[in-house]
Order: sequence, then structure tokens, then C-alpha cells
Amino acid sequence: MSRSAPDAAPGAPARARENGRLRRLLAPVGLGFLFLGAWEWAVRAFAIPPYLLPAPSLIAQTLGSDGASLLASLGITLLITAAALGAAVLLGGLLALLMAQSRTLEAALFPYAVVLQVTPLVAIAPLIIIWTDNIALSLVICAWIVAFFPIVANTTLGLNSAARELHDLFRLNGATRWQTLRLLRVPAALPYFLAGLRISGGLALIGAVVAEFVAGTGGTSSGLASRILEAGYRLQIPRMFAALLLLSAAGLAIFWALSALSRQLLRHWHESALDPER
Amino acid sequence: MASPPLFHTERLGHRFASGTEALLDVRLGVDRGEFLALLGPSGCGKSTLLRLLAGLDRPSAGAVHWDGGAPPRPGEIGFVFQEPTLMPWATVADNVWLPLRLRGLSRAEAGPRVAAVLEQVGLEGFADAYPRQLSGGMKMRVSIARALVTRPRVLLLDEPFAALDELTRFRLNDDLLSLWRAEGMTILFVTHSVFEAVFLAQRVAIMSPRPGRIAASLPIALPEPRAGRLRTTAEFGAACATVSDALAATMAEDGAVAP
Repeated sequence: MSRSAPDAAPGAPARARENGRLRRLLAPVGLGFLFLGAWEWAVRAFAIPPYLLPAPSLIAQTLGSDGASLLASLGITLLITAAALGAAVLLGGLLALLMAQSRTLEAALFPYAVVLQVTPLVAIAPLIIIWTDNIALSLVICAWIVAFFPIVANTTLGLNSAARELHDLFRLNGATRWQTLRLLRVPAALPYFLAGLRISGGLALIGAVVAEFVAGTGGTSSGLASRILEAGYRLQIPRMFAALLLLSAAGLAIFWALSALSRQLLRHWHESALDPER
Repeated sequence: MASPPLFHTERLGHRFASGTEALLDVRLGVDRGEFLALLGPSGCGKSTLLRLLAGLDRPSAGAVHWDGGAPPRPGEIGFVFQEPTLMPWATVADNVWLPLRLRGLSRAEAGPRVAAVLEQVGLEGFADAYPRQLSGGMKMRVSIARALVTRPRVLLLDEPFAALDELTRFRLNDDLLSLWRAEGMTILFVTHSVFEAVFLAQRVAIMSPRPGRIAASLPIALPEPRAGRLRTTAEFGAACATVSDALAATMAEDGAVAP
């Protein structure tokens, strides 16, 4: 796509933008190191035993020694998260499209989506686990339940967000329902859907972990939640912290990846994806 | 004129769902190729009338009769809204392509027509730009190009330049007149500016509010072709004075406070 002349950015603002990007990256990393340093110092200075609070250096060491088994478990948790998120996107998107077809349908269906959202996962997880023989499938269903609603709610809002005048224009030009949906309502809904997706990505991970806590799976095919529980029972606190660290890192990575996807898809037109200096 | 009007309205009335009487007993005939300005204060039902003519809303009384009987098919009416209302996710060319796309024309098939109409509104070279990169006046040009791309018989414009600065508005007025002369379509132009109405239109229909109706219809006999210099002539001033007086008279009759 060729950039038009009036928007060509001169050199100086480009450099300022580069600096801004660096600052956004360095500031949180710097703060993190500061925090870890203080933590390390406190553990040594007050001689806190590792079963209460392990020092960051010990956690790193544990991560090195137990890394392989923890990473395998993380892989399983991430697989469940991805399956749940995929199902949430597919079914949530379909439900939103269905509800966008008529106000009556929306009024009839939306309360049930809310019911699914407000029911605490820990309360229904045992039921789901009883009803499905496959433990992995029951975990996916549990994680899907929490990831589903933000996508439905946001996409439904987005599908109804196109300007009234644009709807008039489509009518004037004899657009079919399908054309209006495809060329007007879906593109208008995209930023809303992506905002929902970013929320759901984190929720799917939480859902996968919480469900596994409830299910209490054992053996080699279990995810990070089981590793954390195990470590807790055996008082292997550094290992527990290492698992927690992996979990947080995975959550961050999911959020970052979905944000990058959102920026990429909206880069040409949506305010949220434009450079703040512009 | 000898030929029958392109359309005329018969006792057209419209009542909003709230019960407000927006239009009452509107009788208006528009000739083929005419440039008519609908002038009136805010809230007098000008936009409502335009929407009824376009078929966007159904009148609650009366009817619009089109010459030949059948109402215009999709694409035979071009509509320009108060706001440019472009799709922010689509490029300038894709926004203009839209009416043709809805008729099943591919981007390649529509390409030459889109390029031609963009050139007509002075936006050649901006086909790949996104709306956010354009100024308000340029966005409005895209909106006009989008309305023209189907070669409509009638172009309806609803206060399209109200939000623009004066210099931009003058230029767009000049360009709209050139387009009208080149294309020979019928134009209905809603405005609340006396100067804009007089400069553009061959006839000014003055609307009075609550409920909206046509209070007066004044022909504007200014030398053609009109151009920017006309705005500073004495004849233009005189025509504006006549229209202003008629507008003031309608509003006084109504008991409304002059703007």
C-alpha cells in the first residue's frame, strides 16, 4: 500500500517514536530487576528460610534443574488454553452473529450467556468433570466457559456499532442482509472482538489452571496447576515459585501476542492501533 | 417547463414515533436537471423530507410520485449525509467502490469508474489513502464521489458542508456546481445558509418548522455559469436579501424566534 505524500513522517518524529518504544520496553524491565534485587537482598539479610520465601536466585536455579518437567506441564496447560480460546472464538463469534440477526434473538439468548459468565467455575467444574469421561476435554470446557463471555459481549456490541448513516447507505444501494453483515457490521465489530479476545486469552489460561486445581489430575499428562499443588504438598516452595513464574510468563506472552495481533489487524484505521504522536 | 417534473410530492406528511409532527402537507415538484435548495432553520424537517424522497423512511401521509410511475431503483439516488460517513477500515477507492460492489461489480470491473469519479472530485492520487489521513473537506469529497459513482439521476445532499470552514465550503460549492453542469443530474441540496442556497440553486424552497412544510419557493435568476466571483456582486447580494426576507417572514408567521 503506497503511503500518500501528506503523511510522510519526517526524521525527527520517527526518532522520537523509536525512543518512546524503547522506554515502553525498558521501564517495566528495569522496575522488575529493581524488585528482584530488593527481594534477593531481603531474603539474605533477614535469613528467610526457602520454604517461606525462596530467593530469586534459588527460583532461577530450580527453574534450571526442574525446567524440563515444568515446561512439559506448561505445554499441556497452554494446549488446553489454546483449545478453549479457539472454541470461545468460534462459538462466541457464532453466537454474536446469531444474536445480531434480530433484537428478539439477542434478548432471548443474552441472559443465558450471562448465566454462564456469572456462575463460579469452581462450583460447576466438578459437574463437568463428572459428565465428561475425558479429563482433558472437561478442562477445555471449563476454560471455555470463562473465555466465552467477553468475546460474545464485545462482538455483539461491535456488530451493532456501525453508524446509522452507513446502514442507510447500504439500504439505498439495495444491499442484502449478508452484504451488510460482511461489508459493514463485521468490519465495524473487529476492534470490539479483538478487545474481547485480549481479555479472553488471559481468562482461558486462568480457567485452565483453576479447572485443573478442581480436577486434581495426576501423572505425566497433567498441567502446571498439578505441579503447583504437588510442590505445595511436598513443601517444595522454590519449585512452586518456578511454576508460578512460568504461568505468569505464559499469561504475559498470550496478552502480548493478542495485542500484537490486534495492532496488526487495525493498524490502518483504528485509533487504538495508531501511534500516539500522530 | 414543458416536460413533467421528475417527481412531485402529494400532501406528504410524516409523524415520528414520539408523536411529533415532522412534516405536514408538503407539496413539492422538482424538474429534471434542476438544482433546488431546501432552506430552513434547524429542526424544520428538511432532513426528514430528504429521507422520505430517498425512500429511507415511509411517509405517514401522502406520497412521492415519480415520473414514469416506478420509484428509483437502488443507485439511481445518490445521498450525501451531513457527516462524510466513510468506512474507516476501507481506503478511499474502496469506499467509493462500495455502491458498485453492492451491485456485484468486482474491484477490477469498478476500477476505471472509481478512478474517473475520484478525478472528478479532485482526489486523484488519494485512492489508497485511509479516511483518517484526509481533511474534513477531502472526506466530504470522497462522500460525494461515492454518491456519484453509480451515475444517479438524483443527488440528495443533507447539509453536507455545514461542518466545514468557509474557504473549504466555497471551494466545494464551486466544484459541486461544475459537477452538476457536467453531469446534468437533478440536485436537492438541504442547507440552513441563505448564501449557500442562493449561490448554488436555481430555485430555493423555504421550509417553516413545527410542522415542517414548504412556505415559499423562489426562483434565483443569477447569470450562468455561476462562479466564485458571483459572491461579491450586487445582484447576488440582492438575491440573498430577497431570500432572507422571505425566510424571516416565514419564521415571524410561525412565531418562532429568528436565529
